[in-house]
Amino acid sequence: MLDLSLTHRAGDFALKADLTIGPGVTAITGPSGAGKTTLLSLIAGLSRPSEGHIRLHGKMLVDTHTKQFLPAHRRHIGQVFQEARLFPHLNVRHNLLYGRLFAGKDRTGPTVQAIIDLLDIAPLLRRRPRDLSGGERQRVAIGRALLSNPALLLLDEPLSALDPVRKAELLPYLRRLRDGIALPMLYVTHQREEVAELATGWVRVEHGLVTAGQ
Amino acid sequence: MGSFTTEEMTAIWLSVKVACWATAVSLGPGILVAWLLARRSFPGRILLDGLVHLPLVLPPVVTGYLLLLLFGRNGPLGRILAEMGIVLSFNWTGAVLACSVMAFPLLVRAIRLSMEAVDTRLEDAAAGLGAPPWAVFLTVTLPLSLPGILSGAILCFAKALGEFGATITFVAAIPGVTQTLPAAIYGLTQVPGGDAAALRLTLVAALIAIIAVTASELLARRVRRRVEGRDA
Repeated sequence: MLDLSLTHRAGDFALKADLTIGPGVTAITGPSGAGKTTLLSLIAGLSRPSEGHIRLHGKMLVDTHTKQFLPAHRRHIGQVFQEARLFPHLNVRHNLLYGRLFAGKDRTGPTVQAIIDLLDIAPLLRRRPRDLSGGERQRVAIGRALLSNPALLLLDEPLSALDPVRKAELLPYLRRLRDGIALPMLYVTHQREEVAELATGWVRVEHGLVTAGQ
Repeated sequence: MGSFTTEEMTAIWLSVKVACWATAVSLGPGILVAWLLARRSFPGRILLDGLVHLPLVLPPVVTGYLLLLLFGRNGPLGRILAEMGIVLSFNWTGAVLACSVMAFPLLVRAIRLSMEAVDTRLEDAAAGLGAPPWAVFLTVTLPLSLPGILSGAILCFAKALGEFGATITFVAAIPGVTQTLPAAIYGLTQVPGGDAAALRLTLVAALIAIIAVTASELLARRVRRRVEGRDA
């Protein structure tokens, strides 16, 4: 359960959000520049809100009143971006296992083998990111995020850099992810078909105003 | 041309020893300062940047003289070090210090440039996977800027090998103790009949420099091939 109430100002842009997000896949839609990515970076801890708080499963991530701020690396929030952002100097296996180094002993969640099977990445394990197709990279990036033991997964237009064929190829994996792993996800997208395909909840961002969609 | 005298051989080995030590000693602080300048904003950042670049723009003699004032037997830092049994002035270790200071701006510049070229989004991704800042540095920033660190180190070595002004001002040119290759060449050009020996040593200096630069280029190319291929 993610619960947030905040305002964020950067230059002459202001973002205002007041909402609660439950389990399942929550789609975040809205025109470019409306503040979708800003919202995610606030949740991930890559930037600080001007005012307000964010709470995840009862744990305070940031609260400007009590001056609490949990840095990104201690939030347990997995992220998947438009570009996969795989580490170019590590092979696929080491990219996947990267988050495990820091996940601690009280790890729960799926095993490495389960993730490899879920996303069909077994044949790619020894390859370098530069030798993968766009769709394969995105699958590895999703697997890498899942294996860091996250309590929440943020996906920022994970399909937008892919051509329609690759997109259609990746969608079933995302559906398997939603049905196979009980992990709340925030999914930023422009595409109606992705919302229809995946989402169980909906949030709209327009002119910096975040509202629960109908 | 004739063969090398003992004194010439001593100067050659001393220079190589001093340059190796200067590179080894500067590398750690160089990486730290480059990272501070490339990735952190803090009060005094511009001052640090200026301080690092100072030896590049000051006359080497001035740098050497400042070192003498600070680290000489009666200098404030020299006295503290002397109590610990470390004597820098008129000693080969002083030559290491002078060469390190003179080469430091080049080292920091090369490393800083390659660190700035590392995609900060990869560092964000690492933080998102739970890596604390020190781990992000060790597992992402450092390996991805390795080509720059290597070429910076070689540049530092080459500069240290050729350093003359600051070294001779700080530690003089005592044969067998502080007389490095450039100092020996300079000395030989000042005495009658020293031309053949000066030429011999000049060729040695050129040879070492060419080997160092070629080795660094080959090494950097290999490392770059290992590291490159960042995803679009």
